[in-house]
Amino acid sequence: MGEITPPVLVDCDLHCEVPRVEALFPYLAEHWIEHIQNTMFKGASVSYYPRRSPVAARPGSLPDGGGPAGSSLELLRAQALDEAGVEIGILGCLYAVDSVHNPDVALAMASAVNDWQRAEWLDREPRLRGSIVVPVQIPELAAREIDRVADDPRFVQVLLPVRTEHPLGSRLYRPLWEAIVRHRLVAAIHFGGAPVQPPTPTGWPSYYLEEYVAMAQVFATQLTSLVVEGVFDLHPSLRVALLESGFTWLPAHLWRFDKEWRNLRRQVPWVKRAPSEYVREQVRVSIQPLDAPPEPRQLVEIVDQLGSDDMLLYASDYPHRHAFDVETDLLAHLPEASRRKIRSENARALYRL
Amino acid sequence: MVDTLTATTVDREVEARARTRPAIIDCDVHNELDSIKDLYPYLSKRWRDHLDAFGVRHPNSGYYPRFMDNREDARPPSGRRSGSEVGVLRDRYLEPYNVAFAILNPLSPAPVTLDLELGSALATAVNDWQVAEWLDREPRLRASIVIQNEHPAAAAEEVRRRARDRRFVQVLFMGRTQEPMGRRKYWPIYEACAEHGLHLASHAFGAYGHPITGAGHASFYIEDHTSPPQAVQANITSLVVEGVFDRFPCLRFVSVENGFGWLPALLWRLDAAWGLLRAEVPHLERRPSEIVRERVWLSTQPIEEPHRPEQMLELLDHFGEMRDHLMLASDYPHWDGDNPDVALPSQLPEEWKRRIRFDNARELYGL
Repeated sequence: MGEITPPVLVDCDLHCEVPRVEALFPYLAEHWIEHIQNTMFKGASVSYYPRRSPVAARPGSLPDGGGPAGSSLELLRAQALDEAGVEIGILGCLYAVDSVHNPDVALAMASAVNDWQRAEWLDREPRLRGSIVVPVQIPELAAREIDRVADDPRFVQVLLPVRTEHPLGSRLYRPLWEAIVRHRLVAAIHFGGAPVQPPTPTGWPSYYLEEYVAMAQVFATQLTSLVVEGVFDLHPSLRVALLESGFTWLPAHLWRFDKEWRNLRRQVPWVKRAPSEYVREQVRVSIQPLDAPPEPRQLVEIVDQLGSDDMLLYASDYPHRHAFDVETDLLAHLPEASRRKIRSENARALYRL
Repeated sequence: MVDTLTATTVDREVEARARTRPAIIDCDVHNELDSIKDLYPYLSKRWRDHLDAFGVRHPNSGYYPRFMDNREDARPPSGRRSGSEVGVLRDRYLEPYNVAFAILNPLSPAPVTLDLELGSALATAVNDWQVAEWLDREPRLRASIVIQNEHPAAAAEEVRRRARDRRFVQVLFMGRTQEPMGRRKYWPIYEACAEHGLHLASHAFGAYGHPITGAGHASFYIEDHTSPPQAVQANITSLVVEGVFDRFPCLRFVSVENGFGWLPALLWRLDAAWGLLRAEVPHLERRPSEIVRERVWLSTQPIEEPHRPEQMLELLDHFGEMRDHLMLASDYPHWDGDNPDVALPSQLPEEWKRRIRFDNARELYGL
């Protein structure tokens, strides 16, 4: 008699949103509350996700009582966990503390978001896991915040915006990587970010659509940087998850990157293997958005071109909305063994669930 | 006597080798300046004095030591910079590689010069230099019109000045413009292109101040050298989304030295984003991929090298009919060029190879 595997599902990309800055007051020191009130600071904005745009809120995800999509635990529980049969869901709070220039405010807000996440989400819903929000722009402070909360095993990763002031492999970020590795956390690099410079190498585009499309290339930058600077070599146990990155761009990038390495490796002798090998071993990628080709056969080819079926992670990206359904547009076309890996096994191995 | 014999032998050898190679049209060959002084005969005294005193100021985007300059085998016996003499280009590249036409893309300081008047004067000088020292001396050469695109009025004027010389086949932008290429600022240039049926080309590298990635400046040359596809993807996106291709129905865009493996995934992502965000860009009535498939051409170098040979066939299948928009480029005499003999994987059907090596460029440029 064959063993029946229970239909387990791990969703690696769910979002909880801070409804308004006052929601963080219980987790902020008195003087920061006063500072926020005096300066009429509305909280860290997230211009990379216009709140009422079609991508930010799927139909039915806006709470009746007001507030942004993703700000109600009840709705998230019903729509993202119960309905989908998600056994474990990993929350990422895209609170843009990286857009706050004042380092003390940035750290205070990050800490408040993490405490808010614990008290209002993780304590109330055992299926949820959390991501540590950090002021990535000041790596030392980011490391301090990781040290402060990492004891809580429900925090399984550190959330890093893909758009940073410097590529994340830069030596400036060493304290951050050391803290992530010290606590055996996953580094989750997520769509978005609010550093000072524009999102494309040709400046600020007119439309959000362009910024959205360009974000895939910024993910490519971060992979290139992490490999080239030797972060993967320095930290062989490090695992990086790319969230909301899309993945259909990845094979062609790795072909180019491997070619560059063959030509220029003597400039970076510490990169001992082809970049694609590091990426296959140490990087995982979520499957939403799918950015799929018109033919399912072509999508299957892209998955095959990744060269490993250990890399893909199931993700709904709730409450954000996407063009494709990962079940019918991707998983239905893959063999059962790959489906199982993507739905849960890869995430279980990654997060040691 | 000995010299003559040797020369004859070499000529025969060259001729014999040329016969064994299929004819190609090379869409990216570089004519190099040995120094800015090469342009002095084409500059007024005012600018020569200025250059002597102040040089060329360009955005200070930092420096990546490359330790690899142009190919040494392209260095003229005179000792001038590799790639800076037309005779050497002819003897060492055009002849032996059976190049029927080569399109010159001079990478001069003109487009990155901060003084816009100087940049425009340099662009005019580069084009005069191209005519006198390259095009007039070698009939197989065609050239891109160099402009300072950050000064669109002067750039449009320069395009109009050159347009009647049909040896100029396109207008050259550098990869990293100050604003995304679809922005209104640049439309006067496109208008001039459209008037004369000239294509728009964007060549990798060249910066007007922004970091090469959306996450800042990288540390190492290998990262810098891996990143040009990002700028061209942003520019293609911008040209489509801003409606440039609708406004100028004959305008065609040629991506140079960006490879091409990224194109299908960009189209998939663009279409998906358009499906979700149409409300933001109601003027964009057609699926972005349809527009790109009609209007964008790509030169091959540096050609992506898939992990398994059949994956190149998969990639070209993802291109579909746009496969016929791929055109061979060597990037001669740069160190990172693709050798035309081996650039295209042997697995490709012979007809596809012929089209990429020759027919596609001949049709696009009317050669």
